Amino acid sequence: MENLIDIRGVTHAYKTKHGALPVLDNLDIQVPQGEFCAVVGPSGCGKSTLTRLVAGLMKPDQGEVWLHGEKVTSPRKTVGMAFQNPVMLEWRSIIDNVILPLEIVAPSMSKAEKYARAEHLLEMVGLKGFSNKRPSELSGGMRQRASLCRAIVHKPDVLIMDEPFGALDNFTREDLWQTMRDLRAAEPFTAVLITHDLRESVFLGDQVIVLSGRPAHTQYVLDVDLPADRTIDILYEPKAVDMLHLLRDQIRIAQGRDGEVH
Amino acid sequence: MDFKKILTPILSIIAFLALWEFIVWVNGWPNYVMASPSDLPAAYIRYWQLFLIDSWQTLWRTVAGLALAIVFGTFLGMVMGFSKTARDALYPLLVGFNAIPKATVVPVLALLFIGAHDFNTVLMAFMISFFPIAVSVGIGLSTLEPEYRDILGALGASKFTIFRKIALPKTLPEFFGALKVSVTLAFIGTNLVEIISPHGKGLGALFLSGQTNGDYPLMFAVLIALAFLGILLYYAVVALEKIFAGWAERQPG
Repeated sequence: MENLIDIRGVTHAYKTKHGALPVLDNLDIQVPQGEFCAVVGPSGCGKSTLTRLVAGLMKPDQGEVWLHGEKVTSPRKTVGMAFQNPVMLEWRSIIDNVILPLEIVAPSMSKAEKYARAEHLLEMVGLKGFSNKRPSELSGGMRQRASLCRAIVHKPDVLIMDEPFGALDNFTREDLWQTMRDLRAAEPFTAVLITHDLRESVFLGDQVIVLSGRPAHTQYVLDVDLPADRTIDILYEPKAVDMLHLLRDQIRIAQGRDGEVH
Repeated sequence: MDFKKILTPILSIIAFLALWEFIVWVNGWPNYVMASPSDLPAAYIRYWQLFLIDSWQTLWRTVAGLALAIVFGTFLGMVMGFSKTARDALYPLLVGFNAIPKATVVPVLALLFIGAHDFNTVLMAFMISFFPIAVSVGIGLSTLEPEYRDILGALGASKFTIFRKIALPKTLPEFFGALKVSVTLAFIGTNLVEIISPHGKGLGALFLSGQTNGDYPLMFAVLIALAFLGILLYYAVVALEKIFAGWAERQPG
């Protein structure tokens, strides 16, 4: 299968007052079309830099990022993004927030078509009837649902998520994992999910990539060999528990704490 | 409209006037030391034509100055909001300019543009009131969280599109906050020129003629008229804020 996302030997450093701060070191990531790639790693290992590189918002010092067989040199209209902060525009209603990317990507699309597409997505994530509410009237979880709708409203082929569920409580988070799973079944995107949550990475990912500590390189790639229609229960089955243990150990190595007693 | 919402400020104004009247009465101050509210209606009735003409003079020049301040202040704020170099370069200049007592600028303007009284007055109202607008728009834009840029930037939207669809509306609450300060400042600027420069027009000149003639009730009547105009313009801004930035207002509770 074709690799929709192909990150080849990417090295990047930030310039700071105290000299160059290397964050990515010869990083390689391949994500086949339609797959869901979860990226985990220690805090501050350059995961967010990775999202900006894939989105074309930054250029790497060395190496290349390819999407769909094309080298990424600038932002593309076929990318969707979601962040830990739902980034709702408070002056717009929920549905007007969701159609925002369409205003850029498909200016010729009629308002009715935009709304129909947005309504359809809002209904899928359980926000039917909230279209005309203001973001301030919604809970954190609901705002994040709307944010996901906005990230995929223009049918991007790549969805990039930077800890979108990080600020939510555990139960809301698990609800949103299932929403994400359902969206995936319905919409044809290839996804990169940055996360701190190993359970999240196993529940949602087709592959889990463990990054090393800064500067980050690909330390370990786990193939998540679980059925696509997973439920939360699967996380408590031995196969998933083994994966979680394995990932936990890899994170410890990444943190440089391999020798510690645990 | 909530009845209480109108009644509360009216009652507080009545209480203020009553207190003023009471203090003057208790101290037994004559008119030429301190006029009391009960002296004012006579002044308004006697000079009502002058009050109408001069209020209009003061009002239009203040609004014109404020309009210039909005255009220039927003532009300056945009420049400072988007460019750190511009911010570093302009801040000391702006703060220094703002620190200069504007009364000292009046003679300078009067010499620069001799006889252009309307122009000088509008210019002063503008100069004194653009600063808060420039600073707040600048801060609003420079503190825009990167995610807000990225949601459109990642789609290849232009800087201008990001400004129009996100940065500008997001800065509106700060803009209106500054505008409320600028409204009253602009009045101060207008009156300054009206009072200081010779052959002035507007309520400031009316105040001056009250002073020249020892007509203290007239002077106080002018002050109250100025306060009234200030309140009027302030609530005009509040009404605009409700229309354009009403979303920023949270329901209490």
